[in-house]
Amino acid sequence: MVTIIIAVVLGVLILVSAGFVVATRARRGAAPPPDRAGAAATGVLQAPAESPPDVVQEAPATAAPGPVEAVEESVAEAPPELPEIELEQRPALRDRLGKARALFGGYLSGIRGRAVDEATFEEIEEALLLGDVGIKTTTELLEDLRGRVKSGEVERQPDAVLSALRGDLEALFEKDETGLVLAPPPGPTVWLFVGVNGVGKTTTIGKLAARESLEGRRVVLAAGDTFRAAAGEQLETWAQRAEVNLIRGSDGADPSSVIFDAVQHASARGADLVMADTAGRLHTKVNLMEELRKVRRVAERPPGQLTEVILVLDATTGQNGLVQARQFTEAVAVTGVALTKLDGTAKGGIVIAVRSELGIPIKLVGVGEGLADIVEFDPKEFVAALFE
Amino acid sequence: MFETLTDRFEGIFTRLRGRGLLGDAEVNEVLREIRVALLEADVNLAVVRDLIERIRGRCSGAELSKSLTPAQQVIKVVNEELTATLGGEPFRLSYASRPPTIVLLAGLQGSGKTTAAAKLARWFKQQGRNPLLVAADLQRPAAVEQLRILGHDLGVTVFSEPTDPVAVARKSLEEAQRLGRDVMIVDTAGRLTIDLALMAEVRSISAAIEPDYTFLVIDAMTGQDAVNTAKAFNDALALDAVILTKLDGDARGGAALSVKQVVGKPIAYVSTGEKPADFDAFYPDRLASRILGMGDVLSLIEKAEKEYDAGVAEKAVERLQQGQFTLEDFLEQLQQVKRMGPLQGMLGMLPGMPKEVRDAKIDDRDVGRIEAIIRSMTQAERRDPTVLNGSRRIRIANGSGTSTTDVNNLVKQFKEMQKMMRTIGPMAGLAGGKGRKMNRDGRNKKVKGGRVTPSSRGAR
Repeated sequence: MVTIIIAVVLGVLILVSAGFVVATRARRGAAPPPDRAGAAATGVLQAPAESPPDVVQEAPATAAPGPVEAVEESVAEAPPELPEIELEQRPALRDRLGKARALFGGYLSGIRGRAVDEATFEEIEEALLLGDVGIKTTTELLEDLRGRVKSGEVERQPDAVLSALRGDLEALFEKDETGLVLAPPPGPTVWLFVGVNGVGKTTTIGKLAARESLEGRRVVLAAGDTFRAAAGEQLETWAQRAEVNLIRGSDGADPSSVIFDAVQHASARGADLVMADTAGRLHTKVNLMEELRKVRRVAERPPGQLTEVILVLDATTGQNGLVQARQFTEAVAVTGVALTKLDGTAKGGIVIAVRSELGIPIKLVGVGEGLADIVEFDPKEFVAALFE
Repeated sequence: MFETLTDRFEGIFTRLRGRGLLGDAEVNEVLREIRVALLEADVNLAVVRDLIERIRGRCSGAELSKSLTPAQQVIKVVNEELTATLGGEPFRLSYASRPPTIVLLAGLQGSGKTTAAAKLARWFKQQGRNPLLVAADLQRPAAVEQLRILGHDLGVTVFSEPTDPVAVARKSLEEAQRLGRDVMIVDTAGRLTIDLALMAEVRSISAAIEPDYTFLVIDAMTGQDAVNTAKAFNDALALDAVILTKLDGDARGGAALSVKQVVGKPIAYVSTGEKPADFDAFYPDRLASRILGMGDVLSLIEKAEKEYDAGVAEKAVERLQQGQFTLEDFLEQLQQVKRMGPLQGMLGMLPGMPKEVRDAKIDDRDVGRIEAIIRSMTQAERRDPTVLNGSRRIRIANGSGTSTTDVNNLVKQFKEMQKMMRTIGPMAGLAGGKGRKMNRDGRNKKVKGGRVTPSSRGAR
C-alpha cells in the first residue's frame, strides 16, 4: 500500500513537471493525436480524433463520405505461375550471397598489409557492428581477441587476427545440428513455425514443404495463421506448388484447433510430417504469446510428436532479434532459428548474439522466394560473408 | 529492455551528480554510454558517429548551462540532436489539383506495405477522401487477396488484375478516374534492393503512374541495413517520405534515425498495431526518447493532457512542497491518475521513477481499498489525520469494509510520505517551480540558437 501512495505522489510530481512540456507543445499548435487503446480502457468518452496537425488539409471536403457504398470487386485473382521445381541443384549460400557482397567488396581489405594496432580492432568492430552482431557480443568477442593477441597466442598479423576471430565465430556454431529432427514413426512429426510479423514464416514453410515432399515424405501443412487476411490463401498457393496437403480453418478460428485437425488428419492418412504455420505476433503482446503457448501444447499432443519449434528471424532485423528470440523461447521453447532474407544486403549478425547468449542453434537459411531457396545453415559461409 | 536503459541513464545521472563542471573525461564517459545506447537501438554506425561528434561539439565548452546539472545538460543535448535529426521539415501532404492523388508504396519483403496501404486508405477516408486501393503485388502468393479482404472491411474498392504489375498500375489510373476516386494507393511487391530486375520493375511502375508521393515502408525492427535499403530505394524512386511500421513492439526504432539521416526525407506516419486504426502521424520527440530508451513519456503526457486537469495537479504539487498536502488532495490526485489507465502500466512509463516503485506490483484492488478508507473519513479527518483516535479509526474501518490495521497503515504511510516529500520534493528538480524554470531555460536556449542548423551540420 505504501508504494501506491508514493507512486501516485511521485507520478503527479513527474507529470506536472512534464506537463509544462505539454503546455508548450500545445502552444506550438500541436493538436493531440488520436488516442490509442488507453481511452477505451479508461472508459472516458473522447471527442472524435482530430486530424494530425502536420498534414495540410484542403478546404473541408465537399462531399462528405456518404453511406458506405457497395464495394466493387474489380479484382480478378490470377493463379500465380507455378515455377518449375528444380530442387536438384540446391543453391549454395555463397552463390546467393555473392550477389549482395559484390556490392560491398573487401570490407576489411583496409586492415591487411598493415601492422595490427588499435585501428585494426576498431575496423573489425565496425564490420561486426554493421553486420548487426550487436555491441555487447562484439565487445566480448574483441576483448577476448585482444587478450589473445597480447599474450602472443594469436600472431600479430592482420590475417592471423582475422582468422582467429573467424575461428571463434565458427566454433560457436560448430557443435550444432543444422538439420530438422524427424520423430520415429508412428505418429506424425510436428514442426511449429513462430515469429514476429513479416519475417517469412509462410514462405519458409512453403519452401521446406517442397523440399521434404521431394525427399519422399508425406507432408501436411497446417494454416495456423487464421488472423492475417489471406494468410491461408498464401499457404494454399505454396501447398499447391509443393504438392502437399493443407488443412485450413475458417478466418479467425482458434489456431490450436487447426493444428489439432492437421495432426489428426496426418495421423489418419499416415503422413510423416505436419508443418504448422502461426500468425505473426510481436513478442510484446502478452495475450498472443499466451495463445502461442496453447498452440504448442496442442501440437505436442499425441499422436503428433513435436520435434521442432522454429523461430523465423529476418536477416534485416537488428538488436530486437535477440529480444524476440528470448521471448519466444520463454513462451514456446524454440529449438532452432530459420534466418530468412539473407540474399539481401543485410548480414543477419544478430543470430550470433542469439546463439551465444541464448544457445539457440541456427538451422536454416532462406535465400530467395523460389521453391528451392532454402538451405542448411553453414557457419563457415555465414561467417565468411560477415566479413566480405 | 526499456528498464535497463533507463537505469543506465539514471546511472550516469547519479555518477555525474555532484560533479561541478563537465570535463572532457566526463563527456567522453557519457558519450561512450550514449554510443552503446544508440547502437543497441539499431542506429547505423555511421550515423551514430556523426551524432556523437555533434553532441561532443555542443557539450564541451561554452554551451554549459548554469541551471542544469551536467548530466541533465548532456541528456538534453542528446535528446535535442535526436529530435532535430528525426524532425526537421515535417511531412505535408497536399492533394493533386487534378485527382487522383497517387501514392506509391515500396519496401522490402515483410516490412508491412499491404497493411500500411489499408491503413492509409482508412486514413484518407477519414479525411473525407474517396480512395482506391491498387494491388500491384503479383509476386507474393495471395497478396492481392490480402489487400482485397482488407479493402472490403474498410469499404474501399481494390483494383487488380492478373497481368503484370506495370499494367495493373497503368490500368488503375483509368479505373480511379472511371470510379471518380480522388486518391489512389498502390501497393507493390516486396523487393530486395540488390534485385536489379525488381528494382527496375518498381521504377517502371513509378514511371507509368507518376505518383505524387512515394513512401518507403520500413520495419522499426530493422538493423544496420536500414541505411542500404533507404539509400537504394531513394536512388531508384526519389522518396517523398517514410512509413515506419511495427512500432508497437519493443524495438527502439533507431533505424528511423538512420533512414532519416540518409535520405533526408521526413517520416510521415507510424504504424502501431495490426488493426487498421493503429496508424498515427509521426512525432520526432517521441521516437527520440524511445531510441534513448527513456520510455514513451510523451505518449503518456498526451494521455495526461486529455485526462488530467493540470491546474489541479500543479496546485497539489505546490501544497506538497509547502507541506500542506492532505488526504483530500491525495484522493483528488488518485482519481485523476486512475483515469489514465491502470496505475502499474502508467508508472512503468515514467522516467525517474525509483526502481522499487516501478517494479512494485500494484494491485488495483488495493487502490480501491485506499479510496474507500479515505472516503469513509470526514472532511476534518482528511485534512488533519492527527484527530483520528481509536473510535474514529474503528468507524472508518467499518465504513470502508477494511480493518483498523489497514487504516493505521494508510495514515502512517501517508505521514511518512509527507515527511519525505517535505525534504526531497523540492530538491528533486522534478517538480513545481524549479522544474518549470529548468524547462523554460531550455526553451530559451534553443531559440537563441543552440540548435545545429542543417547547413552547419553539412559543413562538418
